[in-house]
Amino acid sequence: MGKTFAEKILARKSGRDALRPGEIVTVRPDRLLSHDNTAAIVAKIAVDLVEFGPARKDMHVVVLDHVVPAATEKDAENHKAIRRYVQRYGVEHFFDVGTGVCHQVMVEKGLALPGDLIVGSDSHTCMYGALGAFATGIDRTEAAALILTGETWLKVPESIRIDLSGGLSPGVTAKDLILSLIGRLGADGANYQCVEFHGAAELSIDERLTVANMGIEMGAKAAAFEVDARTVEYLDSIGVRRDGYEPVWADSDAEYSRRMDFDLSTLGPVVAKPHTVDNVVSVEEVEGTPIDQCVLGTCTNGRASDFELAASILKGKQIASGTRLLLLPASREVLRRAIASGAIDALLAAGGTLLPTGCGPCLGAHQGVLAAGERCLSTSNRNFRGRMGCAKAEIFLASPATVAASAIHGRISDPRKEIK
Amino acid sequence: MSKVWHYGDDINTDMLFPGKYTYSCSTAEQILPHLLEDLDPGFATGVRPGDFLLAGKNFGCGSSREQPALGLKAAGVEAVVAKSYARIFYRAAVNQGLLLIESPEAVEAYKEGDEVRLDATAGTITVGGQSFSFPSLPEAILAIRNAGGLLPYARAKLRVRV
Repeated sequence: MGKTFAEKILARKSGRDALRPGEIVTVRPDRLLSHDNTAAIVAKIAVDLVEFGPARKDMHVVVLDHVVPAATEKDAENHKAIRRYVQRYGVEHFFDVGTGVCHQVMVEKGLALPGDLIVGSDSHTCMYGALGAFATGIDRTEAAALILTGETWLKVPESIRIDLSGGLSPGVTAKDLILSLIGRLGADGANYQCVEFHGAAELSIDERLTVANMGIEMGAKAAAFEVDARTVEYLDSIGVRRDGYEPVWADSDAEYSRRMDFDLSTLGPVVAKPHTVDNVVSVEEVEGTPIDQCVLGTCTNGRASDFELAASILKGKQIASGTRLLLLPASREVLRRAIASGAIDALLAAGGTLLPTGCGPCLGAHQGVLAAGERCLSTSNRNFRGRMGCAKAEIFLASPATVAASAIHGRISDPRKEIK
Repeated sequence: MSKVWHYGDDINTDMLFPGKYTYSCSTAEQILPHLLEDLDPGFATGVRPGDFLLAGKNFGCGSSREQPALGLKAAGVEAVVAKSYARIFYRAAVNQGLLLIESPEAVEAYKEGDEVRLDATAGTITVGGQSFSFPSLPEAILAIRNAGGLLPYARAKLRVRV
């Protein structure tokens, strides 16, 4: 009997020959990611760090991104404590304010590679599955224990196999694909499971990152794509040596808890309505809904190709009065590319407001917090009540194309009508 | 009689502990006043040690923030009983030593005003006179809970190694 991606990678990382779903294994992750929560993590083990020190200096990746630059004195103190930890314990991979959102930084810096096992104290850690890594979220206490011991336990998950076919129509994006899938499977439809995407050769790396990023929104432990020519080309472009990683993929006769076929050509633009990500409807159903704030960016849809798509729709146009458009690039590298391509200029000319790279309004801490009764249309990954800082506001999720088209009208709009 | 706090499906971590506080509140004292703030404003002041929390499917979905698990444990919640749990929350609860019981039947059986009682040793939960058994945890996970959470467990392992 063949093996799934998860079974193979966890067997390799635990030094076992063969694993079955449900088995619990001890693993030594290749990377541990934490961000602004690093101070809280290391505070739990301040005394232990003095006594034992960190297990490995090359494992922990620290990225400051959640409230950057610091919004309050408390945030500033938090960042300061993190820099002190990094210096004191010689953390090799540290990225200060302005580098980007942790998940994009992990990818761009070549710290998330095919065949890697990565854990992060952030739920969207599952994004690196786009590059063929097994990546999953953990809590702060587990991150603290990992710093000390370098190991943790994982249950071998069952897997869901999604077979993609066909191509996306103009105005329809990978965001519409993953939102449609979450709508079909439900917010817990992949709970505890690894979701494998097969037949994804047509999807760019950026598109795969968007899809894998949202795996957690259907409860998935991990989401994974096969390493192919596009993956290798991307890794080449960021300077990763080809002998620096060892891809893993499922056997054709592996056993799955569920299989689904997904014809991309049948998809249209969709929107996730408040207050759950699986509350997905076609854009036509909510067309015309007035929008106060549009957010374009985040780790889900904040890459250069996302800004270029939005710019192609907004170029030469103005956003509606009474609507604000926030631009939130996923990293400094992304921003430089989107500046070079002219996308940022087009979006600023249309009336956009450029925010510093980071998590910004996505988690409601600063830079675009909503007021009671306001409605936001965002390319981010969560629309939970209170997510953008106000429990009486509403968040709708959509693709960069839908957000761009909607910014023009100040109402939720079908991007296909804006594409020539 | 211990109080039963009863909620629905897909209770996410933003409802259990708003994201805007995640970088300013890390300790139990800081977390408790905001626990369940956007879900049930009466919870933080009303919860007492020994209370139960009942919920539907996918309890704790969303962010990896551990304040919900840490806060519920610190508030003295005896156990959470839900139809199912999101996985990061489940791990966080194990790591904090908070007891999670997965029993759709017990949740279905509950009617407002029913008494809930737990017999952890026997592995049973009683709801309004009806008893439901729940399976014991795998050994690897039980060892963490028995040590009082993941950090005490990790420290004990490190001491052996030294």
